[in-house]
Amino acid sequence: MSEAIAMSFEPKIIAYVCNWCTYLGADLAGTNRLEYPPNVRILRLPCTGRIDFNLIVKAFEMGADAVLVSGCHPGDCHYTAGNYHARRRWMLFRSLLETLGIETERVQFTWISAAEGKKFQQVIAEITEKTRALGPYTAYQGLCVGQASACPEATK
Amino acid sequence: MTERLRQTARRLLEEGKVKVVIGYGASRPSAAAPPVFITRPDDAGKLEWNDRCFANLAVYLTRKEVKALGKAAVVVKGCDERALVVLEKESQVDRSALYVIGMACDGVGAPKCAGCQVHLPRFADEVIGEAAPPVAAEPGPNGLKRLMARSPAERWAFWNTEFARCVKCYACRQVCPLCYCERCIADKNRPVVIDTSATPKGNFAWHITRAFHLAARCIGCGECTRACPAGIPLGLLNQSLAQATEAKFGYRPGMDPQAEPVFGAWSPTDKEDFIR
Repeated sequence: MSEAIAMSFEPKIIAYVCNWCTYLGADLAGTNRLEYPPNVRILRLPCTGRIDFNLIVKAFEMGADAVLVSGCHPGDCHYTAGNYHARRRWMLFRSLLETLGIETERVQFTWISAAEGKKFQQVIAEITEKTRALGPYTAYQGLCVGQASACPEATK
Repeated sequence: MTERLRQTARRLLEEGKVKVVIGYGASRPSAAAPPVFITRPDDAGKLEWNDRCFANLAVYLTRKEVKALGKAAVVVKGCDERALVVLEKESQVDRSALYVIGMACDGVGAPKCAGCQVHLPRFADEVIGEAAPPVAAEPGPNGLKRLMARSPAERWAFWNTEFARCVKCYACRQVCPLCYCERCIADKNRPVVIDTSATPKGNFAWHITRAFHLAARCIGCGECTRACPAGIPLGLLNQSLAQATEAKFGYRPGMDPQAEPVFGAWSPTDKEDFIR
C-alpha cells in the first residue's frame, strides 16, 4: 500500500453493541465528552445473544473494514445468559473464519459495561488504528464489486 | 445381508409394525443407490444393500411428505445413525415411533468413509451383518490438514476458486439430514439475508451460513461433498468446525446421546482469550 493511500484511507468500522451495557458505555463516553474516532458506526441490538454471525458477514459485504462485537461482561447480561451463549458461538465462528482465510483480526470482541465509557473510547481508538494499519479489507470487498445495489460503498 | 434386510422389511410391514420402510433401491452399476419407500410387503424385494448405499436416509425422516406416510422403519449405517441421535436431541424425530434397521458397514467408499469410527450402528432396533472393528485413524482428515498448513491468504484464494464454481443449487442443503428448517434462511427475502444469486458475494454468504448452522451439529457423513455437482469440498468447512468443537468442548455430535449439546448450553468457564 502506498503512503498516499495510507494517508487518505479512513477505516470504516461497524460496532454491533448490546442495548444494556456497551451502548450505555458509548453513551457515557459521549456525555463525558470523551473523544473517539468518528470511523465507527454503532448498531444497537438487544443483546450479544442476538448478534447473528450473518450480521458480521453483512457488514463486510457492505464495505466494513472491521467489525466490533461488544456486550455485557460475563455475569452481567440483562437476560442472564445471552452473552454466554454468544461467547460459545464466537469461539467456533472464529475457527470457521480461520479455515476460510478471513482475517480474524478484523472481527474484534469486547465486553464493555455501562460504566466503562473510558474503555469504549480506548477500544474504538485502538481498533481504528489497527485497522488503519491493516488497510482496507479489499479481499472481502472485492467479492462485491459490480453489484452496485447490494454493496454501494465497495463499488465507489 | 440384502436377503436378511428384505426379510426384515417384509416382516415389519406384514406385522403392521411400520407403514413404510425407507431403504436403498437398485441402480445402474456404479451409480449411487437411490432411496426407496416400501409400503407393501411384496415390494420388500426392491430393497438393496451394496457398496453404493452412500445416502444418509435420515434426511427423509423430517420431511412432511414422509411423515405423512405413518410410522417408518429406516435403514441406517453407523454414520447415518449419528444423525438420528442429533435429530432426536433436537426434537425432530420421535425415536419410539421409529424402527431403526442398522446395517453393519465396512465403508461404502473413500473419502466419505476415511477415519470412520462407527462401523456398527449402536442404537438400532436390529443390526444386520457384522463389521470389522474400526481402525484407529489419525486425528483430522488429511485434506483439512493440508489446507490449514497454508497461509490465510492462500486459504482465502483456495475458497475463492472453489466457491466460484457454486451454482447455488442447494444440493448440499437438501442432502443434509440436519438441514431440516422448513424455511431456510437462504430462501427468506424480507429482508434478504443471503444474496440469492450465484456470485462470489452470495456464494460466500451461503457457504459461511451453511457451515456455521451445522457447527457442533454436523455428524460428518460427508453427503454435502458427495452431492455437490461442482465438486466443492464442502465437508472441509464442517470438519474444521467439528475439530474445533471437539478441541474446545470435547463434544462429538451424535456419538453420545447423553452429552449436552454445545449450543443451547453454556458454561461460565468457556475460554475467552480472544475477548478483551
